[in-house]
Amino acid sequence: MDVSMLITGLTIFVLAVFVGFEIITKIPPTLHTPLMSGSNAISGITIVGALIAIGNGGVQMATVFGFIALVMATINVVGGFMVTNRMLEMFRRKKK
Amino acid sequence: MEHHPLINLAYVVAGILFILGLKGLTHPRTAVRGNLLGAIAMLIAIVATLCNNEVLGYKTIALGVIIGAVVGAVMAIKVQMTAMPQLVALFNGFGGGASVLVGYAALSKESPDGNFLIENIAIACSGLIGAVTFWGSLVAFGKLQELDFLKKPVRFSGQQWANLGLAALVILLGLSVAWFPNNFLFFLFLIAASLLGVTLVIPIGGADMPVVIALLNSYSGLAAAATGFVIDNNVLIIAGSLVGASGVILTRIMCKAMNRSLFNVLFGVLEATGEVAEADEVYAGKIKSTSAEEVAMLFDSAQRVVIVPGYGMAVAQAQHAVRELASELESRGVEVEFAIHPVAGRMPGHMNVLLAEAEVPYEKLKEMDEINPSFAQTDVVLVIGANDVVNPDARNNPSSPIAGMPILNVDQAKTVVVIKRSLSPGFAGIPNPLFAADNCLMYFGDGKQAALDLNRAILEG
Repeated sequence: MDVSMLITGLTIFVLAVFVGFEIITKIPPTLHTPLMSGSNAISGITIVGALIAIGNGGVQMATVFGFIALVMATINVVGGFMVTNRMLEMFRRKKK
Repeated sequence: MEHHPLINLAYVVAGILFILGLKGLTHPRTAVRGNLLGAIAMLIAIVATLCNNEVLGYKTIALGVIIGAVVGAVMAIKVQMTAMPQLVALFNGFGGGASVLVGYAALSKESPDGNFLIENIAIACSGLIGAVTFWGSLVAFGKLQELDFLKKPVRFSGQQWANLGLAALVILLGLSVAWFPNNFLFFLFLIAASLLGVTLVIPIGGADMPVVIALLNSYSGLAAAATGFVIDNNVLIIAGSLVGASGVILTRIMCKAMNRSLFNVLFGVLEATGEVAEADEVYAGKIKSTSAEEVAMLFDSAQRVVIVPGYGMAVAQAQHAVRELASELESRGVEVEFAIHPVAGRMPGHMNVLLAEAEVPYEKLKEMDEINPSFAQTDVVLVIGANDVVNPDARNNPSSPIAGMPILNVDQAKTVVVIKRSLSPGFAGIPNPLFAADNCLMYFGDGKQAALDLNRAILEG
């Protein structure tokens, strides 16, 4: 990675933080728990890194650690989105 | 690393969908769709990555995904709503742990002769934040699960300095990893960072857990963003920083709701305590105990009732009984609303989820700022399982430990009925003058039984 790529990365980082602030301040407190579990699932995006780490082959350690990372990130992603869905369905449910 | 332009395009689409997904969460009606958009974004990012010709070993990948998906799904389906904070803490930890490992894998793949300074700094960042998130979350999980050895906050004198020293050591080791990358230094660095994760969370008390979970949520996002710098992948940076921002906002809201600064929460400092009144002094001779029949009569002549639930209600599993009580009152033409203090549950928004599970429509759940002006026009307030968040001392007594904490002004209502097992104090450990107020009646008993009895008394009356 050279400096120009770093700057690009930092630019994206800062802009995304601003977008995050703008959107998330508009989320009502009622939905803060689903927001946490849902954003938690999104942070499981590390799964992309895990896939690349496993895929490279050759270096044994990298594959082993990549595999453990993959399992952890998958739990995070699948569990996170599912439990968020479960909660949000309760909010959507209409009164009988 | 260079990706095929189409793969990069797919990552951009994933980034956009993550943002739109979060935007969907701004209203309960669109929230399910928002969450789905997030999941689709994740799927797109994963498929795009698998199309990368650098990715091999599909069998290993399939195995890992199957194991992770089954474990995650079982946890998501089985978890009780009261245990949601623990689950989120655990998931947070897994995200952080994955970041550490991905960083390490990247480090071990570097060729010895290249210049990887920037990558290595990113690896150190992702290792540090990831390890703190992982271990901090495990400790938080243990505390929320009320494991015996973690129940009490662990504090010793000079703790802040010890943590500060440890943090300095971690940063020093991190810098060494960046300049002289090797396995030994990296493991040393990880051990120190892990220790820091444990020692940062271990002194924090139960009442402050909502803040800690929100903060760890933020860290897990930042760890993912740092990993994005490690593998030079923008979708990680975007998704990670969104989550980082979200956690920071929630942390700030929780701190404000408890009138504590983040610094005080993290370093286990309690606000300067003035003289704490003796419970006997506050309560002696002024407590009026009531019965189901008497409360039913109050309800009979009431036009507006506000229910204030606290975590005690959830512990007593009284949500459904309380909802039935509310429905019964409504069927008799009483206006019923629920007043939710931001720290009523054990994580941001927790109480709302517990009530939603009991099928209380979300329109009935009112935030503190929205409902506070209406207490003066409320005939009966029913406080169930809440204590510190309705303590008028926060407003009236500048020397109280909770002075300045925003509270629900239930004492302004015509009558307050408090359902509680005993006069024992809440997390703040102080007596509540509300219980001794002229307009307050105490209904001693288990929350669930009390709600059932009230309901029956109304039906009979």
